[in-house]
Amino acid sequence: MTSSYWDYVARRFGIMMLVVFLAVSINFALPRLMPGDPIENQLNQLMASGGGAMGDVGAMVASYRARFGLDQSILTQYLAYWQSVFSLDLGYSLTNYPERVGDAILAGLPWTLGLLGFATLVSFTIGTLLGGLMGWPRSPRFLKTFGSGVLLLSSVPYFLIGMILLYLFAVVFRIFPAGGGMPFGMSAGFNFETFRAIAWHATLPLLSIIIAEIGAWAIGMRGMMVSVLGEDYIALADAKGLKPKRIFLRYGMRNALLPQMTKLAMALGHIVSGAILVEVIFSYPGIGFRLYQAIQSKDYFVIQGIVLLLSVSIAVAMFILDLIYPLIDPRIAKGK
Amino acid sequence: MGRLSFFASELTGNKTLFFGLSLMLMICLLAVLGPLFVDFANSRVGATIPRSPPTMEHWFGTDGQGRDMFTVMILAMPQTLRIGLTSGLISLSVGVALGLIAGFVGGWVDTVIRLASDVMMTIPGIAILVLVAANVREMTVELMAVIVATLSWMVAARTIRAQTLSLRERGYVQVARLNGTSGLKLVFVEVLPNLLPFIAASFVITVSNAMLATVGLEALGLGPQNELTLGMTIYWAQFYGAIIRGMWWWWGPPILAIATIFVGLMLTSAGMDSFVNKRLGASS
Repeated sequence: MTSSYWDYVARRFGIMMLVVFLAVSINFALPRLMPGDPIENQLNQLMASGGGAMGDVGAMVASYRARFGLDQSILTQYLAYWQSVFSLDLGYSLTNYPERVGDAILAGLPWTLGLLGFATLVSFTIGTLLGGLMGWPRSPRFLKTFGSGVLLLSSVPYFLIGMILLYLFAVVFRIFPAGGGMPFGMSAGFNFETFRAIAWHATLPLLSIIIAEIGAWAIGMRGMMVSVLGEDYIALADAKGLKPKRIFLRYGMRNALLPQMTKLAMALGHIVSGAILVEVIFSYPGIGFRLYQAIQSKDYFVIQGIVLLLSVSIAVAMFILDLIYPLIDPRIAKGK
Repeated sequence: MGRLSFFASELTGNKTLFFGLSLMLMICLLAVLGPLFVDFANSRVGATIPRSPPTMEHWFGTDGQGRDMFTVMILAMPQTLRIGLTSGLISLSVGVALGLIAGFVGGWVDTVIRLASDVMMTIPGIAILVLVAANVREMTVELMAVIVATLSWMVAARTIRAQTLSLRERGYVQVARLNGTSGLKLVFVEVLPNLLPFIAASFVITVSNAMLATVGLEALGLGPQNELTLGMTIYWAQFYGAIIRGMWWWWGPPILAIATIFVGLMLTSAGMDSFVNKRLGASS
């Protein structure tokens, strides 16, 4: 690798570190900038609403006071906060007291990763193909009309599409379940039944993300396809008398695909924060739904933990992707 | 006059832009004029019989708290648009200023601005928004606009920086500089007018992003609790299980309104894109 690659890597690494630093600092600073004592406030509210187990409140206050170290200097607190982040000790849930924030996140993560990973890959495949065909002059007309409809749909936020799907297919026609990740009370096992139940429950949330995302992939691909088709080598291939299908696949699609791959990598990086609201609409047990519940019950440490996870995971994912791009497309490292 | 007729011919030739702008104009007219014709009292909790499907008296039905949905929609629309437009304007001004400075001054100033926008782009906006919103005791329309704006200036900054860099090296700017035109005058007289199409395009994208963030936050219940907005209406509908209970008139209208706004914004943006890129193609 050339030195320009390492300069680029160093720069990207610096950005990642800055993002992590900022995310942790914001997490530390925000509750302290607000008037009042966040823990006191939260717990009082909790007491007033009668939530949580009463006996634990005293222990909780003490534990949080110790964690916040509110009597110590701000610098000590800040360093202590960093230490707790590094040791992945994110505290306890306020509403489900003995539950640790880390465990709450771990419980939700597989659901979110599965749902969004699958939805992203499917919508990428369909959208890219659709976009390629839309940019190809020999495509049938109905395809372009259909494509324009899909493009319009993609401008609508995905959770709105989810609400309509939920109403149609779970309330009016009771085909799919209205929420949850699998049937209530079912114990998960590594067998076909479990797999089927999970797929059944995931269908509507998957569909709403896929419908909303296809258009975005198609737009990008169509644009690239149109500009690729303007290149000289396409004219040459045409003059050589190559079959249109071959020109479309080997010369057109193949060259237009690179920017799409870059975007796919980026989308995979954003996967965790992607569809918080879809999970909310379908009560899907991922971390998006957990975040929503935490916001509902003002479960501050869970909110904080999930936000931290989102920021750090994206920063790390982006860095890994930045490392890979120049290997695929050498122009990137040279250009920046 | 010449400019105006050019604009008019552009509009009739560019159907996408025409439809997009018409749609946006219609929405804005409805948002501005609508509130003049409705009785605010009908939007209060307990104003009417709750959970009533659409009737002659209540065109859009009533929600679970007895608010007349038609009145709610008419009053919520301008609020949502206000947040989107205000934060769009704020982030556009910040973005354009930073983009111009970065492109013109260059050196370490450029590096710092570029680094800041890279970092901000990597941080997931919605996550930070959730954290801020969860910490604020009472959310207002203005505060919401500012928070959303701080997280959406980057697109404008990047576009304008790239354009400034390319404009800076153009012949007429060089000539003006050689003629002794000072830096500030150079920016405002020579460069800025040529950036207008890009600024307009960035504005539409910025407003669109801001609206998306706003509606998302509101639907999570982090919007202004004491105001009527489209996103908060969806939040309450979701909170009280309106979908499962089959009360389609509760969540249907806000979804339709939001979808219309986004379709309008997308058509405008797509139309502008071909407009901007055509000029780019012609001048280079």
